[in-house]
Amino acid sequence: MLQRVRRTVIAALILTLAACASYPPQKPASDYPEPIFPAKRILPPGHDDQMSVYDPWEGMNKHIYNFNYHFDKAIFLPVVQGYETVVPDFARTGIHNFFKNFDDMLSAVNSLLQLAPTKAAQSTGRVLVNSTVGLFGLLDVASLWGIPRPMEDFGQTMGRWGVGQGPYLVLPFLGPSNLRDGIGKLPDFYVRSMIQDEVLSDDVRIASTVAWPVDTRANTSFRYYETGSAFEYRMVRWLYSTKRRLDVEQ
Amino acid sequence: MTSKIRIAVRCVAGVLAYLASSIATASVVTVQNYEYPISDRFVATVVGTPVEYEAKLPSIPFEQRSIDIFPDRKTPDVFFYGKELLYSVALQDHESPLIFLIAGTGASHEGSKNRNMAKAFYQAGFHVVSTSSPTFNNFVTAASYTGVVGDAKKDAEDIYRVFEKIWAELEQDIEVSTFNVTGYSLGGFNAAYVAKLDETRQSFNFENVLLINPPVSIYNSISLLDRMINNIPGGMDNFDKFFDNLMRAYINVYKESSDAIGDDFLYKAYKALNLKDEQLAALIGVSFRLSSASLIFTSDVVVDFGFIKPKGLILNRYSNLTQYNEVANRIGFTDYYHEFFYPFYKQTEPDATRDEFIAAISLEEIEDYLRDTEKITVMHNADDIILQPGEIEFFADVFGTRATIYPTGGHCGNMSYSDNVAHMVAVFTGGGAP
Repeated sequence: MLQRVRRTVIAALILTLAACASYPPQKPASDYPEPIFPAKRILPPGHDDQMSVYDPWEGMNKHIYNFNYHFDKAIFLPVVQGYETVVPDFARTGIHNFFKNFDDMLSAVNSLLQLAPTKAAQSTGRVLVNSTVGLFGLLDVASLWGIPRPMEDFGQTMGRWGVGQGPYLVLPFLGPSNLRDGIGKLPDFYVRSMIQDEVLSDDVRIASTVAWPVDTRANTSFRYYETGSAFEYRMVRWLYSTKRRLDVEQ
Repeated sequence: MTSKIRIAVRCVAGVLAYLASSIATASVVTVQNYEYPISDRFVATVVGTPVEYEAKLPSIPFEQRSIDIFPDRKTPDVFFYGKELLYSVALQDHESPLIFLIAGTGASHEGSKNRNMAKAFYQAGFHVVSTSSPTFNNFVTAASYTGVVGDAKKDAEDIYRVFEKIWAELEQDIEVSTFNVTGYSLGGFNAAYVAKLDETRQSFNFENVLLINPPVSIYNSISLLDRMINNIPGGMDNFDKFFDNLMRAYINVYKESSDAIGDDFLYKAYKALNLKDEQLAALIGVSFRLSSASLIFTSDVVVDFGFIKPKGLILNRYSNLTQYNEVANRIGFTDYYHEFFYPFYKQTEPDATRDEFIAAISLEEIEDYLRDTEKITVMHNADDIILQPGEIEFFADVFGTRATIYPTGGHCGNMSYSDNVAHMVAVFTGGGAP
């Protein structure tokens, strides 16, 4: 089954990449008659692009964006839908809390690395409460008690120590990111696996490997091309970058 | 002496004008003992209804579907995902009345307002079919016959065709007792024209029709909305700074709250940020501009008009659209009407003047029909921000007791308030307006 999924995915990737070759080369826009509202008249001379984000890999990014849409449509979202049909509401909430508890552990680690004692204390407090009173993280008691939930990852930690976002990057399966945050996912993933190896039994760990991506997708409302707008890619890119910049500044 | 007279005359004129304006507002009877908690029209419009005042509604089986309206049509590659029209349904398992929902400007079939209405009507025992606004990108690419939306009659024909095709698919699976239709904002306006079209086409013979916060004249309302963007300090060139500040403040509130965005987040954020009316107006203006910008570009690509994109240039899904986006963000919706909509339809209707085109996109155009048609009711707010001063009187005048006008709520801000939800449902279940 897994092998078939992998094969489908690879085939889809190749198809998406091959698709770019099939578009005939275009004459530059300046070779066409001027539109009613041409850029050179509407945009003030020397203006700044309002929503510019450093995106030297735009071509590749748009292909991956397109791939993610097809992957979502063919595999990911149907699986999520099945999960939502089969698993009752309360169980899904429990599963989601369970994974959030590991996110909190990572937030604690990253807050320490950022020398942010308040956030580290909050995240640690949440993990302690939720892992005990909250029955191994299945209940989010900490939120009921009003303990704030900082969300810190290694991308932000690097940002805290002066690493810029780098080029915008759309990751296969995972979506909008940038070079810094994309690289940051590796240590986060590594630490997470270490913790899980330590505290989870083999069965639960294997189940988690399958359930985590499904739970994550089920709790991410973003859908590719959902706005229907031709400007969606650019809007998402700008929102993501602004959000991450402000996340680091806070 | 003459100067004194002049001052006196001015004073009198001033007092008269003041009286006239207060009489004008007083002439609309609004609902008494109404306890929607937000009195500021801009705050109501942006924030909506605080959670403790919302109608308590259940979660429902709200399912997304798609339908190919024009199977023979080729969709431009930029909109490869927009071949089929998306809509959603919540269906009962026994014979029930069916209600069609039409979303407002730029909004989709699964936007929060349609979702909320779907819950209320499903709970009240209706089959619900939720559709996007004709101004939503997906509707333009998949369901607009001409590709150029914003005309009252043509949009109604598009919507009617969509309703018919959806019904043809549902017909095998469900039993329906009566058909009904409602919509908010532009969707309310659309619903009025759809009801009128139904009188001749008779595919549904709608039982009840409710218009929620509709504009009177589309052109007047979009002029108001277009101008709101001027509330950004420094204008559109400072859009990024304005947005940055707003987002910064927003994230501050976000970090303070104990968990991710809850139901009441927007209200909390508003309270913490202490936004002024100008800032809220700017926010409304920006959000309107962003949806109008992409709508205009969508039409431009679909009909290859040469409005922002050079005519003849073919874009694909990977093309860089930055410059078109920047231009579109600086064009008002009124520009679209004058420089695109009017010349586009002028080709097929060469005798109509610009003013006639604009006058035709108004409820006044079908005033006689609305005046005589008992099944159409209106739910509106006296302080709606998309109406020009005095326009609210149109509803009181034309619909009489069939118009219920609330004193507050701004533009659609009170749609999930418990009284309003109860009112909406009562219109269709025979309880009548409160």
